[in-house]
Amino acid sequence: MLAHLPVLQVIVPLIAAPCCLMIRSPAVVGRFVQLATLATLIISLGLVREVLEQGVLSYALGGWQAPWGIEYRIDPLNVYLLVLVSLLGTIVIFAAPTSIKSEIAEDKQTYFYVAYLLCFAGLLGILATGDAFNVFVFLEISSLSSYTLIALGQDRRALWASYQYLIMGTIGATFILIGIGLMYMMTGTLNMHDLATRLDNVSETNTIFTAFAFLFIGVCLKLALFPLHLWLPNAYTYAPSLVTAFLAATATKVAIYILLRFVFSVFGAEFSLTYLPVREILLVLGLMGVVFASTVAIYQTNVKKLFAYSSVAQIGYMILGLSIGSAAGLMATLLHMFNHALMKGALFLALTSVAFRLKQTNLTNMAGIGRQMPLTMAAVVVGGLSLIGTPLTVGFISKWYLVLAAIEQGWWPLAFVVLFGSLLALIYVWRIVETAYFQPISAELSGVREAPVGILVPMWVLVLLNIYFGIDSQFTVSLSELAAHSLYLEGR
Amino acid sequence: MILSLAVLLQLTMIVPLLAAVGLLVFRRQPNIREAVTLIAGVVLFVLVLQLYANYQRNLIANVHWLEILPGLVLSFRVEALSLMFALIASLLWPVTTLYAIGYMRAHEEENQTRFYLCFALAIAATMAICFSANLFTLFIFYELLTLSTYPLVTHAGTEEAKRGGRTYLGILLSTSIVFFLLAIIVTWVYAGTLDFLPGGLFTDATPQWVLSVLLVLFFFGVGKAALMPFHRWLPAAMVAPTPVSALLHAVAVVKAGVFTLLKISVFVFGLDLLAEIQATQWMLYLAGASVLLASLVALRQDNLKKRLAYSTIGQLGYISVGALLATELGIIGGSMHIVAHAFGKITLFFCAGAILVAAHKTKVSELRGIGAQMPITMAAFFIASLSIIGVPPGGGTWSKWYLMLGSLESGQWFIVITLALSTLLNIAYLLPIPILAFFPGGGGRVVISSEQIKEAPLPALLALCLTATLSILLFLYPQPFYGLSQAILADTGAPYAIAGN
Repeated sequence: MLAHLPVLQVIVPLIAAPCCLMIRSPAVVGRFVQLATLATLIISLGLVREVLEQGVLSYALGGWQAPWGIEYRIDPLNVYLLVLVSLLGTIVIFAAPTSIKSEIAEDKQTYFYVAYLLCFAGLLGILATGDAFNVFVFLEISSLSSYTLIALGQDRRALWASYQYLIMGTIGATFILIGIGLMYMMTGTLNMHDLATRLDNVSETNTIFTAFAFLFIGVCLKLALFPLHLWLPNAYTYAPSLVTAFLAATATKVAIYILLRFVFSVFGAEFSLTYLPVREILLVLGLMGVVFASTVAIYQTNVKKLFAYSSVAQIGYMILGLSIGSAAGLMATLLHMFNHALMKGALFLALTSVAFRLKQTNLTNMAGIGRQMPLTMAAVVVGGLSLIGTPLTVGFISKWYLVLAAIEQGWWPLAFVVLFGSLLALIYVWRIVETAYFQPISAELSGVREAPVGILVPMWVLVLLNIYFGIDSQFTVSLSELAAHSLYLEGR
Repeated sequence: MILSLAVLLQLTMIVPLLAAVGLLVFRRQPNIREAVTLIAGVVLFVLVLQLYANYQRNLIANVHWLEILPGLVLSFRVEALSLMFALIASLLWPVTTLYAIGYMRAHEEENQTRFYLCFALAIAATMAICFSANLFTLFIFYELLTLSTYPLVTHAGTEEAKRGGRTYLGILLSTSIVFFLLAIIVTWVYAGTLDFLPGGLFTDATPQWVLSVLLVLFFFGVGKAALMPFHRWLPAAMVAPTPVSALLHAVAVVKAGVFTLLKISVFVFGLDLLAEIQATQWMLYLAGASVLLASLVALRQDNLKKRLAYSTIGQLGYISVGALLATELGIIGGSMHIVAHAFGKITLFFCAGAILVAAHKTKVSELRGIGAQMPITMAAFFIASLSIIGVPPGGGTWSKWYLMLGSLESGQWFIVITLALSTLLNIAYLLPIPILAFFPGGGGRVVISSEQIKEAPLPALLALCLTATLSILLFLYPQPFYGLSQAILADTGAPYAIAGN
């Protein structure tokens, strides 16, 4: 049983999805999906133990050995992200039975759960597999289901946002496919481990340069790196709030994983970061992302959109960590992926509860909401403080390592920009705080009560995790350190 | 009652937190609620006295909590400078509570539970700052102090309070995130440790320019010390109720700032190294300029609380000067001035609040002849003014004496002149207030002519008499604090093992 954990990680949600269609009744499906996600969470924790004990796990799918069959390969990097995705996917879905009552029509709720599970399985599949083409397949599974999830939003603009994402996402996925195809042409293999060894002989060919460029741009589209982020704000804003919480916490992180996997494990750090000017490109785009997206976030009136732009800025931080080009920088990237998932998960769940009561999330209509929904707004405050990087929250941990990595490299200006970005975050978070606590209660808010327990509990679980991992960072720090160092060792 | 030293040390942080819980439990019974804070305040003071008594016997407490990041542990340790700060903070907390009871009730403020709650949290954070054994711990509680005082500053909930709070939080958080945090991380990279060690952390290998940059980052980053040009938050925070001003100016916030600067000067740089850094001289000029400019601005303020706020900025400059002189006399003067200024300024703020409650006046120009109505308050104001100016029988005499000696000794003529000028300016902006209150004279318009005595509520009056008395006592018996301030540099780090857990 233990030996099959790598594949079970993906199979459980994948099989559970069609089962939902057979159960049909949304209430029962809700419970069933929660059980399924909980099972994947337990499996991922089991995998952590296995990896820490035995090192890299290799699983041959269907017994077909590696270069020919599909290999699932679990190492410190992807087990870390498997925990992240399954943890967030599980916590968020616990808010679903309550929250979708107000956001998704009754007859579509079962389909929501199916799409959610498929997306979840797709993301886990991308992480678990060791096969380049398999990455593309799972990417499409998760993307197609996320287009569906976004289109479920009540606002008619959700359709348009979903369509926009569909176009951009498909371009991205196609580029990735072209990249993989070119590599296959040159090496005759799709197994990433195998690719890594065979690419050495052909790495100085135009075909491989082209393959890298296609892959790089395709992945950057999916991870919404500035200036390829245009699909993200609308998709996050008009999707059902719960879907936003799920996607913001997981999807972009998995896209960054694909980038890391190809840059380090397939092409090798030497080739991608030293030989090609990727570091410089990432540095510039990351910096622009942080400054530009944070500034735009300040001027947003819809809180969901505000946090969507903030996500683009935070992705900038992750990319900056990568551009520093040291194991410490990569570690900061990995830490921030996990920590940002916790922050945005908590924040978007808080917005889910706002949307549950107010039917929308415009800042102007949230005047004085702090008195009507104290627990929800307290969650926004803590999540916001974490985003700013206040000590005792996870945001501080990421910021600490990112600045540390920059200083160690002697990049003082970068350290300044990173910290300056926190100030921009302070401004957009405090706009919300002041509106919620200092303005007189608006007329529409008069009868509004605190959100139901069904949303409050998962939301506060995430808020408390923000604090817990900010105080006891042993799990995230040790695992991300292990992953970062093994990636750099692999590159040699 | 015999408590182990480690327990004693942790209780100083836990007692205010327990008080916070008690406040929540008794939020519907104001009398019990306020009794809880008062009792907690007294208990806290007794605990700190116990720590002091043990310190006198060379028993030094230290505690390690959890390791947040590898090598960065939340840990606490008693040391002379921390004791000085902890003694005044824990002494002034119950006094301020006493005052607040009178003030908040007379003023019919809303959300009083939230007020006392945040106050208790701020005190817990202050105690943690006092006893922090490394920069990392200090930074964490420094930030928590900012956050826990934000609801106090914006207590009124008005548009003006919101704006004041924005400036308060904006400046304090920005300076701490951009400068202070960066400085800490750079220290960690170059020194490899963040523990406060006698003689400093840096090795000779650290480049001179890094040290200079660090010094600037630290002195600007600790925004709570209100060194110009990062002082704007302090006048902005004047929208808060008067007991909060007392907390900001005397008990905790600005004192936490200058305390941090002294601590960094002595235990991160070390005085020998500090004297060699090129930037020290420039920062010294800046601190001197800050003293003079703030006093000049204070002279022009008609709003009493604003005038006192700018006066505080000037007085904090003294302490920064003390730290930057990088001599023993400077440190003694600077640390003594924390105490003297705390007692003096808290009295002045109590008086300002008492005038507001009893006579509804906020402007200096409206106070002519108020001595007839509020003789006790204005007498206390007079005594406290003397202490701030630095003449007998005010406690401030000693600290200014040592600062003057220190700057003479190190030949800093600019500072000598600054201190002298500043004393004159202090006289000019403080003394006319009590003098005109008692002797309005015939020339100007006497604003208040009521002959009937109408003082502030009794608890408030009691509190301000108490602090004025403390100011005089500090002049008569400076030995305990003087002893501690001398011990700061004598600290060898050796006895920590004795009482460690």
